[in-house]
Amino acid sequence: MSRLRRATVVPRAVHPGAWWLWALGLATVASRTTNPLILLLVLATAGYVVSARRGHAPWARSFGLFLKLGLVVIAIRVVFQTVLGTPVPGTVLVTLPELPLPEWAAGVTVGGPISAEALVLALVDGLRLAVVLACIGAANALANPKRLLATLPAALYEVGVAVVVALSFAPSLLGSVQRIRAARRLRGRPDRGIRSILTVAMPVLEDALERSLALAAAMDSRGYGRRAAVPNATRRLTAVLTLGGLSGVVLGTYGLLDGTGPAALGLPVLLVGVAGAAGGLALGGRSRVRSRYRPDPWQAPEWVTVGSAALAAAAAIVTGVFDPGALHPTLVPLSAPPLPVGLTLAVLVALLPAVATPPPPSPHARPSAPPAAPRPTPVEVAP
Amino acid sequence: MIRFEQVSVRYPGATRPALHAIDLTVPEGELCLVIGRTGSGKSTLLRAVNGLVPHFTGGTLSGRVTVAGRDTATHPPRELADVVGVVGQDPTAGFVTDVVEEELAYGMESLGLPGDVMRRRVEETLDLLGLADLRDRALTTLSGGQRQRVAIGSVLTAHPAVLVLDEPTSALDPPAAEEVLAALQRLVHDLGLTVLLAEHRLERVVQYADRLVYLPGDGSLRAGSPTEVLASSPLAPPVVELGRIARWTPLPLSVRDARRQAGELRNRLQYRHAAPPNGHRPDPDAPTVAEVEALTVRYGPVPALRAVDLTLRGGELLAVMGRNGAGKSTLLSALTGLVRRTEGRVCLAGRDPTTLPPRQLIRHVGLVPQEPADLLWSDTLAGECDAADTDAGAAPGTCRALLERLVPGLEDDLHPRDLSEGQRLGLVLAVVLSAEPPLLLLDEPTRGLDYAAKTRLVEVLGEYACEPGRAVVLATHDVELAAAIATRTVVLADGEVVVDGPTAEVVVGSPAFAPQVAKVLAPLPWLTVEQVTDALEVLP
Repeated sequence: MSRLRRATVVPRAVHPGAWWLWALGLATVASRTTNPLILLLVLATAGYVVSARRGHAPWARSFGLFLKLGLVVIAIRVVFQTVLGTPVPGTVLVTLPELPLPEWAAGVTVGGPISAEALVLALVDGLRLAVVLACIGAANALANPKRLLATLPAALYEVGVAVVVALSFAPSLLGSVQRIRAARRLRGRPDRGIRSILTVAMPVLEDALERSLALAAAMDSRGYGRRAAVPNATRRLTAVLTLGGLSGVVLGTYGLLDGTGPAALGLPVLLVGVAGAAGGLALGGRSRVRSRYRPDPWQAPEWVTVGSAALAAAAAIVTGVFDPGALHPTLVPLSAPPLPVGLTLAVLVALLPAVATPPPPSPHARPSAPPAAPRPTPVEVAP
Repeated sequence: MIRFEQVSVRYPGATRPALHAIDLTVPEGELCLVIGRTGSGKSTLLRAVNGLVPHFTGGTLSGRVTVAGRDTATHPPRELADVVGVVGQDPTAGFVTDVVEEELAYGMESLGLPGDVMRRRVEETLDLLGLADLRDRALTTLSGGQRQRVAIGSVLTAHPAVLVLDEPTSALDPPAAEEVLAALQRLVHDLGLTVLLAEHRLERVVQYADRLVYLPGDGSLRAGSPTEVLASSPLAPPVVELGRIARWTPLPLSVRDARRQAGELRNRLQYRHAAPPNGHRPDPDAPTVAEVEALTVRYGPVPALRAVDLTLRGGELLAVMGRNGAGKSTLLSALTGLVRRTEGRVCLAGRDPTTLPPRQLIRHVGLVPQEPADLLWSDTLAGECDAADTDAGAAPGTCRALLERLVPGLEDDLHPRDLSEGQRLGLVLAVVLSAEPPLLLLDEPTRGLDYAAKTRLVEVLGEYACEPGRAVVLATHDVELAAAIATRTVVLADGEVVVDGPTAEVVVGSPAFAPQVAKVLAPLPWLTVEQVTDALEVLP
């Protein structure tokens, strides 16, 4: 434990992969339950850790954005369920005027009575999606997306660079849109309205293309894409293993998160997929000569982070097997949902990263010049 | 270190080879400066050094280029990354990451250097180029000079033996250019790096060069010591031209050399008066063309302009100077109504530019932006000119006739993107002038222009400002241009007007903004070689 304490004193960025695994663990819990108490607990856990451990970078503010998105999801779900969905019997709260529909649309109702049960069902359904979104938002706010791409295995390095370059291109594309719209005004053409945006597209694309070429030339002359000689057979094997493995990972993850599919589709497929992909990536990495500058270390705090979320996810799966009623409480008729003690404690364990990880580095920790250091004015006027 | 043997480069569709049977050897530890007019093959020569020509650009290269013993025919650019570092014209275009420290490490990562070596080299490079304070900064927040130094640092960490730079100081203000050149100087002297450098602004770099390579533009090449090549080259910085007309030997390359020989010339000029630039003095009672009152512009919380007052009268040619980010471009944008004012008033002949519809706006003010190509969007030159006539409501053929005067002999079906920097500026000027705006604004017009194109620009702007009721404003770093043309100079710093007065008074004695002739002849108020030539012609 003293090693962990030492590792959490000095501020540093926690490995982005650890944050993503932690968030996926929480998302697994959320996606496997409709118990609103558990869902709210997961949301609170994610929110607390984010507020305790996010940094000062622009992406650190994205958690709020994801929360708002979640609210929108809930609102949409509620509106659809109550106005368009099949009526759920129970305590009727309001009766909306019902739209008469033709014979062939039997089974669909627009308007009609709205019961408290229908409302709660819709709320819980929306909440589940919103909490999953919040978990992804938490990972986004905690992990530097570029550092995450930098941790990609060597074989995926080129894909990672492409994404990084694309990410940094977006703002500059916006810049050139503004420049070229200004130019339209300077040529005496209208600079507002949809038509002006369309005519701007061509020059903006040309601009982006030119910039990409310049960047490609620069990257080429800095050694991008140097590789060691590798026999053809190895290369083919690499491709098969990587593609097959990644498909397995996708299928397995789906099976694991879905919970309603056949059990064989879950963990076994995921494990086989991971093994295949790992093999492919290791083989592929052999042809790369690349090394990494100051890689993010994986130490005790990272293990704690991942472990805590893994425990929560495991608890959710186990609860699902032995006590499905706790995960999916009956809502019709309405009753207070139960609070499974084991799962609650496990989710609370996922709060650990808020204290067991080092704080993020502050931008002011290092003495550095202010953004626009005033130089002495180089002007001297002759009398 | 670098060896060209009978090298010719021909691009597909070109009528003549860009380089023809060139022989050049650059020994280790030399700073070699490549000069020539636009389109003379400077960039081709530089990019051939690390194999970007022809591996990346296409075209055919015959002959042999070897760098540190490696033939570029068998080594593509990425295999030369550990011996040649290339910094392009626009450093931002070559940045791959977004933080200074990571950018410095990027090249080494590609080369697969071990972690501890990378760590050490990044620290060394941060110190060598004075970037230590900036290590955590995002690249987008850096100033022009800092970016250029980061770009140089990012290739230096691979420990190349050769550094190739294409116009490293063109986009920089004078102090930032000094910053970059001082860093280069240090690399050559302390580390024995071989540097190959192309630059239009000879006045900034020629004194540092060990050897000059002049490309006359016909595909051939002349190399030699700077004095040797400059004695006959049509491209020469003002200090060399001054040396030529005063018949100084040896030909001075720096202000310091010239000043030591200039005593006699100063005596001869002492009691004479310098003719005003362009031979005309604006009428102090001419009607007002534009008026700016207490103009404040803020981008977010950052003020770009603070309470600027400015009145422009007919016949004035105003140079707006100041370091990068001082608010020059913002002032021009505010004059065209492109940025929202936070406070204050801008008035063009009684109208506020922000409320003018675009069609009317171009009859009041014309702006040639920093990237002139932004204003062009037709596929052909003729199409561009027709569009300009329609937009301006001018008689058909107006723009084409203007273009013929600015850049004679261009063909109608050329694509505007295939024009050289100077030709493109001419086309944009013609487009803007078709609407005959009384106020003409130019943002950094001489970036990438050679001396000949610059001279032509000075003539055209002078003529334009001579017509009654017209004024020209230039935002520029180019002190030589300002000296040659501006009747009045305003210096901005941090969004405030620091000095406002006749050019000669403002620039003489200023270490950053004085042109070379003024530095040589100070304290006499002579600014350009033309003024001195004219005065000497009258003298016996």
